[in-house]
Amino acid sequence: MKYAYFPGCSLHSTAKEYNLSTKEVANSLGIELIDIPDWICCGATPAHITMHLLSIALPVKNLIQAKHMDSYEVATCCAACFSRLKIANDFMQHDLVHRQKVEEIVGEKYQGEVKVRHFLDILANGFGLKNLSQRVTKKLNGLKVACYYGCLLTRPKEITGMDDLEEPRLMDDLMAAVGVEALAWPYKTECCGASFSLTKTDVVLKLSGDILQMAADEGAEAIVVACPLCQSNLDLRQGMINKKYKKHFKIPVFYFTQLIGLALGIEPKKLGFDKHIVNPLPLLKKKGLA
Amino acid sequence: MKWFISQDTIKSSFQKTIEEDSGEKVKHCYQCGKCSAGCPLAFEMDYLPNQIMRMVQLGMEEQVLTSRTIWLCASCMTCSARCPREIDIAEIMDYLRRLAYKKQVLPKNETEIPLFNKIFLRNIELFGRVYEMGLIGMFNTFSGEFFKDTSLAPKMFWKQKIGLFPPKIRNIKAVRQIFKQSGRLSKARRDNLLHPKLIFLSLFRKLIKT
Repeated sequence: MKYAYFPGCSLHSTAKEYNLSTKEVANSLGIELIDIPDWICCGATPAHITMHLLSIALPVKNLIQAKHMDSYEVATCCAACFSRLKIANDFMQHDLVHRQKVEEIVGEKYQGEVKVRHFLDILANGFGLKNLSQRVTKKLNGLKVACYYGCLLTRPKEITGMDDLEEPRLMDDLMAAVGVEALAWPYKTECCGASFSLTKTDVVLKLSGDILQMAADEGAEAIVVACPLCQSNLDLRQGMINKKYKKHFKIPVFYFTQLIGLALGIEPKKLGFDKHIVNPLPLLKKKGLA
Repeated sequence: MKWFISQDTIKSSFQKTIEEDSGEKVKHCYQCGKCSAGCPLAFEMDYLPNQIMRMVQLGMEEQVLTSRTIWLCASCMTCSARCPREIDIAEIMDYLRRLAYKKQVLPKNETEIPLFNKIFLRNIELFGRVYEMGLIGMFNTFSGEFFKDTSLAPKMFWKQKIGLFPPKIRNIKAVRQIFKQSGRLSKARRDNLLHPKLIFLSLFRKLIKT
């Protein structure tokens, strides 16, 4: 399997461990991820708030680059990039007026022929859960996690193609395939405050604090995410949440690729566990996993 | 809250223009309040999302565009996903923000978010990808919170999660061309990207607070 890989800005900075673990997992499963040359930012939330055309043109530029690589499937890990690329693609397929304008902006013809897939979907539906569980060398038994999907991975359903709006199972199934116990909990698709991390930090602390509280109440030992913004809000800001709300959370926040990598027998060093702010190694050692 | 709504306001073309431009039928809203019930940011808002929908129906352009609500929307799309009338409320919020930028009407008590968006985009235009150090530095400077999150910085450097230098890409000219062309086709004014009024308001608010 071969994909054009769009890492996105976060995976080159605050979410380096996501990038590392994704490449390791892909490598060991024989999935080829080739970086889109000179990829640019997808524009994220600020673009679609400010200028509609720009918010479509930026992702389309990347999709055209992928098309030039003769690749008709793009893999991405960031939930925000995934959402922007998918929405732009949808516009290019169905909205003729916008298509014309965007083609004028980027100076090339494009009709949404490149398919965009999240790495979660590639592993679960492309590679297959059965195949994955056969490749597991070290079952991660005894680890109880809460799978947290967040907003942009799930909504809107027509665009993202997630299995369910309020109760998605994709990541839970993937975790079950490597032996992790994924708990049923109600905050799977709540919002962590995402783009307000810098501007409205208090709001983020409240929303992310609620998510951590719910996960703790349900007995989760760790949270598993598939979005770099969710991870940084829950992990990086956990200390601030503890301080503000007088809590003692010490919940590691993993990327799903890190746990899968661990189960595939990849050395923990290569999966970037040292980059977390809330150190996950004590938990992993306690469970005899690292 | 009490308002006097004139005939002119009710008869204005505000709702119609929004419906035509965004393709969303605001008039279908029957005020069930599901959007506000699920909205994670509702506790911070001055008007609830369903109230904004009603205000749009009544043509109250000025109040809507100067509300904090439209900027506090996190684009999480919970409202759009749950609306029984299939209105994409998040898209309406997007539309209202774009309109507010265009008309340069901004709420006096909510400047950080409009400012951040502009700085973020300027950042992309300059470097092609997000340059975190530049983004945080510029935002802190212009919003007047010079030492915000500085306690996190050492950890981030230590873990190599944030770089000192901007990312480099080869086709930066193409990126700038996209910005230029999008601006031209959207008929956006150049000063829209980072306008002085915003920076002034942000700094002024911080001064009053301290």
